[in-house]
Amino acid sequence: MIARRVVRWLDDRLAAAPFAHTTLNRVFPDHFSFLLGEVALYCFIVLLATGTFLAMFFEPSVSEVVYQGSYEPLRGVTMSRAYASVLDISFEVRLGLLIRQMHHWASLLFAGSILLHLARIFFTGAFRRPREINWLVGVGLLVLGLFNGWAGYLLPGDTLHGTGLRLGYAIALSVPVIGPWLVFLLFGGEYQSPQILSRLFVAHVYIVPLMILGLISVHMAILWRQKHTQFRGPGRTQTNVVGEKMWPAYAAKAGGLFFAVVAVVGLLGGLVQISPVWLYLPDTPAAVTSPAQPDWYFGWLDGALRVFPAWEIQAFGFEIPAVFFPGVLLPTLSVLLLVMWPFLEARFSKDTGPHHLLERPRDRPLRSAIGVGLITFYGVLLAAAGNDVYARTFSVPVLQVTNVFRVLTLVLPVVIGFATFRMLRSLRDREISRMSEGAVAVAGGAGSDD
Amino acid sequence: MKGGPAEERAPRLIALSFLVSALGSAGLGIVYLAGGHTQAEGLMVGIAFGGLAFGLVAWSKYLMPNGPFVEERDSLSSEDHEREKVAADFARGGRQIGRRRFLGWSLAAAMGALGVAMLFPVRSLGSRPGRDLFETAWADGIRLVTSDGEPVRADELAVGTLLSVFPEGRTNDADAQAVLVRLRIDRRTGGRPGAQAPEDLVAYSKICTHAGCLVGLYDPRSQNLLCPCHQGAFDAADGARPIAGPVTRRLPELPLRVDGQGFLRAAGDFPEPVGVGFWNRGRS
Repeated sequence: MIARRVVRWLDDRLAAAPFAHTTLNRVFPDHFSFLLGEVALYCFIVLLATGTFLAMFFEPSVSEVVYQGSYEPLRGVTMSRAYASVLDISFEVRLGLLIRQMHHWASLLFAGSILLHLARIFFTGAFRRPREINWLVGVGLLVLGLFNGWAGYLLPGDTLHGTGLRLGYAIALSVPVIGPWLVFLLFGGEYQSPQILSRLFVAHVYIVPLMILGLISVHMAILWRQKHTQFRGPGRTQTNVVGEKMWPAYAAKAGGLFFAVVAVVGLLGGLVQISPVWLYLPDTPAAVTSPAQPDWYFGWLDGALRVFPAWEIQAFGFEIPAVFFPGVLLPTLSVLLLVMWPFLEARFSKDTGPHHLLERPRDRPLRSAIGVGLITFYGVLLAAAGNDVYARTFSVPVLQVTNVFRVLTLVLPVVIGFATFRMLRSLRDREISRMSEGAVAVAGGAGSDD
Repeated sequence: MKGGPAEERAPRLIALSFLVSALGSAGLGIVYLAGGHTQAEGLMVGIAFGGLAFGLVAWSKYLMPNGPFVEERDSLSSEDHEREKVAADFARGGRQIGRRRFLGWSLAAAMGALGVAMLFPVRSLGSRPGRDLFETAWADGIRLVTSDGEPVRADELAVGTLLSVFPEGRTNDADAQAVLVRLRIDRRTGGRPGAQAPEDLVAYSKICTHAGCLVGLYDPRSQNLLCPCHQGAFDAADGARPIAGPVTRRLPELPLRVDGQGFLRAAGDFPEPVGVGFWNRGRS
C-alpha cells in the first residue's frame, strides 16, 4: 500500500513513526469556544494568501501620477501611486476588488476572533499554570495583529487613512524625551515624509507578519506540548483529555472550519462593500474628512482620545501633551495588565498549582466581574468614538455627548462589574446549596453516558 | 452506533454538498471568463468553500468515529534528578568559562562595541529632529496661496468663510498649512500680533494641537473652528482659544500683512511650534 511505503521511506530518514503515531491518535476536547483560536489562525492564513496577491499590484509610493484608469470620476486627478494602484486593484485587476475586500474583512474577523479567544481563555481560567507562557505569546499576537491592522489601513493613501497616519504620528511624538527622535526614525522625518508608505509597507507585509508567524509557531508548539484544557464532565480529570481523535474526525472538522472561514470571508468580500477608497478620494496635505472613524478594533483608542479631558502637564519648560495619556499610557497599561494577569491572580488567590480543567465564569465571580468591567470600559470607549455621529443624529451639542461618555467611562464598568459579581456569586451559591441538598439524587441519575 | 435513516441520508447529503462546492468553483471560472463581477465572484467563493466546509464537518460528525476517546496527560514537570543534571551542566560550563576571566571581559567589550555599532543603521532611518518641529516654511513677505497656488487678496474672502492657505511655492507643505477666516468684526475680542492686516482677517495653523488632525470645519455663527477627528473646538474670534473637547492649546496664529497690490503676505513664521505637543516644545 502506498501509505505504508511513504511511512517507511520517511521513517528511514527521520525515525518519526512514534511521533506520527501519537499525533494521529491525539485526542482533542470538543467545545465550540475552543474554535475561536482556530478561526483566528484561519483568518491569518486568508490574510497571507489575499495579502500576497495584493502585494503583487500595490505600489507603496507617494510620488504623484495622473489617474488614467477606468474609474470615470477620478480620471485626470493627480494622486499618489499608492492610491492609483489601489484603484487599479479595484477596477482593472480581475478578482482584485473581491480579494481586496476579502483581505479587509479577514483583518476585521482576525482581530475579532483573537479578542474573543482571549476572552474565552480569560473567563475559563485557561491561562493558569502551566499555560502562562502561551498566554504571554497570545498577548504578543494580539498586539502585533492590531498593529498590523493599523499599518494596512493606512497603505491605500486616501483621506480617511491619512487621518489615521496623523494620529499615529501624534501619539509617537507625545512620548516624553524620545518622542521627536522616535518619529524621525520611524516615520523618516517630520510629517509627512515621503518614505512613510514604504516603511509601513515593509512593516505590514514583511516584519510584522513574520513575527506573527513566529509567535503562532511557538503558540502551537506549546499547545502541542501541554495539550488542551477541558471543561469538567463525566470521566474528565486533571490527568486525561477526553474528546475525538486527530485522525480522521478532528482533522476533517478543522479542515471544514477552515473552509467555512474562507466561505464567510468570501461572501462578505463579495457582497458587503468595505473601504470604498475611491469615494474617500486621494489624500492631500489639506484634505480632511468628517466623520472619521478607524476600523472597529481601534475604536477604543479613538474614543479615549475623544473623551480624555484637556489635561497636559507643564513643568520646568517641559510638557507632557494631552495625547500622551489616552494615546500612550492607556494602551501601555492595558497590555501590561494582560501580561501581568496570570501572575497577579496566582499571587492573590494563592493558587499556583497546575490546572487542566477549566472553570466556568461563575466559579470565579471576582475574576469574571473584573473581566466584564474591563470589556465594558473598552466598549464604552469604542462607543465614544462615534460622539460626533450621535451629536449630529440627535441634534445635541458634541460637548454634551462627550461629557455623557466621560461619566459612562468611569461609572458603567464599575456598575456592570459589580452587578456581574453579585449575579455570578448568587448563581454559584445556589448551585452549591442545590448540590449539597440533592447530592444523592444527582448521583443516582447520572448513569446515562451523554 | 448510528442507525436508521440519518446514517443513510448523511452520505448523500455530504456528496451533494461536495457537488455544490464543485459547481461553485465552476461558477467562479465562468464569472471570471465572462469578465468578472465582484458580487457573483464572492457568492461563488462562498459556495465553493461553504460546500466543502459543510461536507467535511458533516462527514466528521456523522460518519467518523467521534469517541469520546481518552488520552492520558504526561506530567509537565521532569523528575528532580533530571533538573539537577541541567543545573549541574550549566554550573560546570560556567566554571570552565569563569577560569578565563580576562577572555570573558574582552568578549563583553566586543559585544558591547558591536551593539553600539548596530545603532548606526538605525540612525540612518531618519534625520536629526533639530529645528524642524519648531519652524515652518513661513517667513516675512511670503505670499499666501490656495492649494491650487493662487495668491489670495485681502478683500476677496467673504465673511464667515474659511480658506486653506499655504506658503507660495509650498502647496504640499503639511506643517505650514493654515486656515484663513474672515470674522464678523463686531465679534472680534482677542488680540494678535502684527496688526497690519485688516482687523477681521485671521490665519491659524490648520494642524490641531491635540492629535495633529486638520482643523477643517468652521461654524460661521459661533465663529468656531472644529477638528473632525476628536471634536476639539477653537474660538476663531479669540485667538483660537480651545473651548471644547480634548484640546489644551490655541492654534498658533500666523501674523499677516497686505502688500501694495492687495495680496496677503505673512509677516513672519508662527510665533510658536505648530501641531501636536512634544516634551520640549516650550524650549524653542
